[in-house]
Amino acid sequence: MLTMSDAIIELDELRRTFIVRARTGGLRRVAREVHAVDGISARIDAGEAVGYIGANGAGKSTTIKMLTGILVPSGGRVRTCGYEPVPQRRTLAREIGVVFGQRSQLWWDLPLRESFDILAAIHRLPAARARPRIEQLIEGLELQAFLSTPVRQLSLGERMRGEVAAALVHRPRLLILDEPTIGLDMISKERLRQFLITERAEEGTTLLLTTHDMSDIERLCERVLVVDHGKLAYDGTLRGLSRRVALQRVLVVDLAEPQPGLEVPSAVNVGTELNGARQSFSFAPDQTTAAMVLAEVSAVAEVRDLTLTEPAIEDIVRTLYHQSIES
Amino acid sequence: MAELVSPPTTDLVTKRESYAILLASRLRAQMTYRSSFWINTVNSFFTGVLEFVETYVLLTNTPTLGGLNFAQASLVFGLANLGWSIADLIFGQTDTIPRYIREGKLEAFLIRPMPLLAQMITADFQLRRVGRAFLGLLIAVIVLFWVHLDFNAATIYLLITTPLYGAAIYGALFVLAGGLQFWIVDGSEFTNSFVYGGSYAGHLPGSALLLPLRVLFTFVFPVTATAYVPCLIMLGMDGPSWLPAWLGWLPPVFAGWTWLLAAVVWRRGVRHYTGAGG
Amino acid sequence: MIVRRYLLLASAEFRRQSTYRLALAAGISANTVFGFIRFSVFYAALVGAGGTIAGYDRAQASTYVWLGQGLLAGIGLLGTHEVSERVQTGEIAIDLSRPIDLQLSYWARDFGRAALMIPARGLLPVIIGAVTTGLAFSSSLWAIPLGLISLALAVSISFLLRYGVNLISLWTIDVQGYTSLYMLLMSLLSGFYVPVHIFPGWLQVIATASPFPSMFQSPIDVMSGRVVGAAALRVVGVQLVWTIVLAAATRLMLWRGSSRLVVQGG
Repeated sequence: MLTMSDAIIELDELRRTFIVRARTGGLRRVAREVHAVDGISARIDAGEAVGYIGANGAGKSTTIKMLTGILVPSGGRVRTCGYEPVPQRRTLAREIGVVFGQRSQLWWDLPLRESFDILAAIHRLPAARARPRIEQLIEGLELQAFLSTPVRQLSLGERMRGEVAAALVHRPRLLILDEPTIGLDMISKERLRQFLITERAEEGTTLLLTTHDMSDIERLCERVLVVDHGKLAYDGTLRGLSRRVALQRVLVVDLAEPQPGLEVPSAVNVGTELNGARQSFSFAPDQTTAAMVLAEVSAVAEVRDLTLTEPAIEDIVRTLYHQSIES
Repeated sequence: MAELVSPPTTDLVTKRESYAILLASRLRAQMTYRSSFWINTVNSFFTGVLEFVETYVLLTNTPTLGGLNFAQASLVFGLANLGWSIADLIFGQTDTIPRYIREGKLEAFLIRPMPLLAQMITADFQLRRVGRAFLGLLIAVIVLFWVHLDFNAATIYLLITTPLYGAAIYGALFVLAGGLQFWIVDGSEFTNSFVYGGSYAGHLPGSALLLPLRVLFTFVFPVTATAYVPCLIMLGMDGPSWLPAWLGWLPPVFAGWTWLLAAVVWRRGVRHYTGAGG
Repeated sequence: MIVRRYLLLASAEFRRQSTYRLALAAGISANTVFGFIRFSVFYAALVGAGGTIAGYDRAQASTYVWLGQGLLAGIGLLGTHEVSERVQTGEIAIDLSRPIDLQLSYWARDFGRAALMIPARGLLPVIIGAVTTGLAFSSSLWAIPLGLISLALAVSISFLLRYGVNLISLWTIDVQGYTSLYMLLMSLLSGFYVPVHIFPGWLQVIATASPFPSMFQSPIDVMSGRVVGAAALRVVGVQLVWTIVLAAATRLMLWRGSSRLVVQGG
């Protein structure tokens, strides 16, 4: 009814440029353009669960601000739930729920329960609709034990569950979670993920999630968008991504003598640290082995120590970047 | 834009009900911390007393201040204070935009379906400021028994409407300050010059202000209209140069002008924030 | 060298404060508007009283107002919460374990802040005052060195009072009430709103028995030449006594309070 399609999010060549003024030593200031989001196009349909990942400063938060109407795009087009976010911000607000992991939208001096009632009033929900929904969320997120505790006294995990409940009181069609699990312990993370799975099954909520934790994506999302320097580096299924990069391992070697970036035949050098005394090599384990890569490195430099790591999101992004250059 | 449609809002509660629920919840919450509520209320009461002390001390040294004796100057102070404290009660938090921005509260406000200003007023309502309003009322009532007023229809009309238009004018200055602070986050103290400076000037006899200030605080930030000029009519006095007593009938015009200015600046301020990304 | 450490603390604070340029400009503009309003009303009172009140003529009134506007940020009339916040978060224990004296280190930092704020926020209002409404300075040669000493003591007294109020947090969690009480008494009795000299008798007695005039009225009196010669020396002497008394009192507070801290904190 809202639009002809069931698209919840439509991005078309979305751009956002910031002017950053940096002081250069004296009184002079130099203005520099930063392309935080640099032409992103994507479409997310109703009911999808999408992970939105990238390194710090890659443009994730800027995109979310434009999706929610907090920030005007510098170019391109964005539609959220069929609305233009900035001009129709308040109408859109009825359709979306947002959790900013780093900042709270609860009332710090009030008992947790009170925040839900206030939000229901702000969304102008009749009591007959709000009350059962709040009870349902309290049960689903196991909030009973600290409902009457002022928010500022809650632990991070408790508060975050409260934040998620607060974002869902008005049954939004789209739930946006910005780093919801950052700083949480394993049990809190798992409890939150479990709830989100159930909630989506019951309500059909569309989910957009940014995270630094790949296991959030593995548990919650079928689809992944990878953003790098403001551009989409990957858009596809998680399985597709893991075929390209997630299976990539990284061999980190400490060298006896610092070396300029080493190149070896069966792996890609994805970074040097400590002036070249530590170098990282990414390789696909189905094509070569760690021993082979190590042998190749040892042939050109003396290796003192090594570690083998599963890739972090930053490494996934870097590998995608190198692949795109090579192809 | 014609294709843009809104979802049905028929089954929602009315806006007025929603504001009432919000306010009630804020009041309940603040009354639960009773002792700190009373300390704050008493404090805000005495802050007002302190400002009155200046008028009092000066008038122990001189028979008249700007042509007004102590009782008459107190009437100006009392009416201005009542208007100011009502404005402070309702709009007081709008001139702390930089704090909202730094604490990330503004973004939380922006993703909710209620106007930003309405949220600031209701969701962050500070009941303790009521102490100040009580002082204003107290002084105004005491002064009424003390100063010699001719209680005709005009006087009664002015006595009732002056604090209300005063509250409107001071409220507009708060909102104007908030709007400007979207641009000058680090320099927000600048707005103190007309918000708190305006309050200071508005509590004084306008005739006591140097001419440039008198013009600034009447025709740009019309705080002399919040008490002094209506008092001229009530007291049957002539105004000083640039401030004729008949201006005392025009607070609605001054209030309209300041609200127009405040609304434009506030809207542009919010737009600036969403344009620049904070 | 020990003195060097405190000088480093002072200069670090000086540089930290100097980064807030826009805030500085905004503060000066607000100060200036308030200066004009304060002068207006004081001058209107002078006119009403027939020219002078308690020795204040137009030029003296203008000097009192503009020196006050210039100095209020430097002297630090606005409160600080840093020490009480550190007590509440427990970080004070870290401060106390450092090989540097707590009182002296905060004192040094406050001097660093004042050394920036007095010229940065003070100069322009005083110049504006001199150009627009006129200033009267002491003709005595002693007024400049004595004025600087008086100012340094005023900064110290202001610091020690604020520090003392902050230290109350060693005994109670809620210091906000005490801070507000201090702000009320200070702004009334320091001579910030109106000069102490024009207070009605009873209020003047209360004010002169308190340390508050020594942190604001006194340096203005010495610099403007309202008090000269032996009288000026006596004013500075009173400031010195208050500085010593408050320094000793706050040391005692910390000593008593920190032993509580050890017992409680465990």
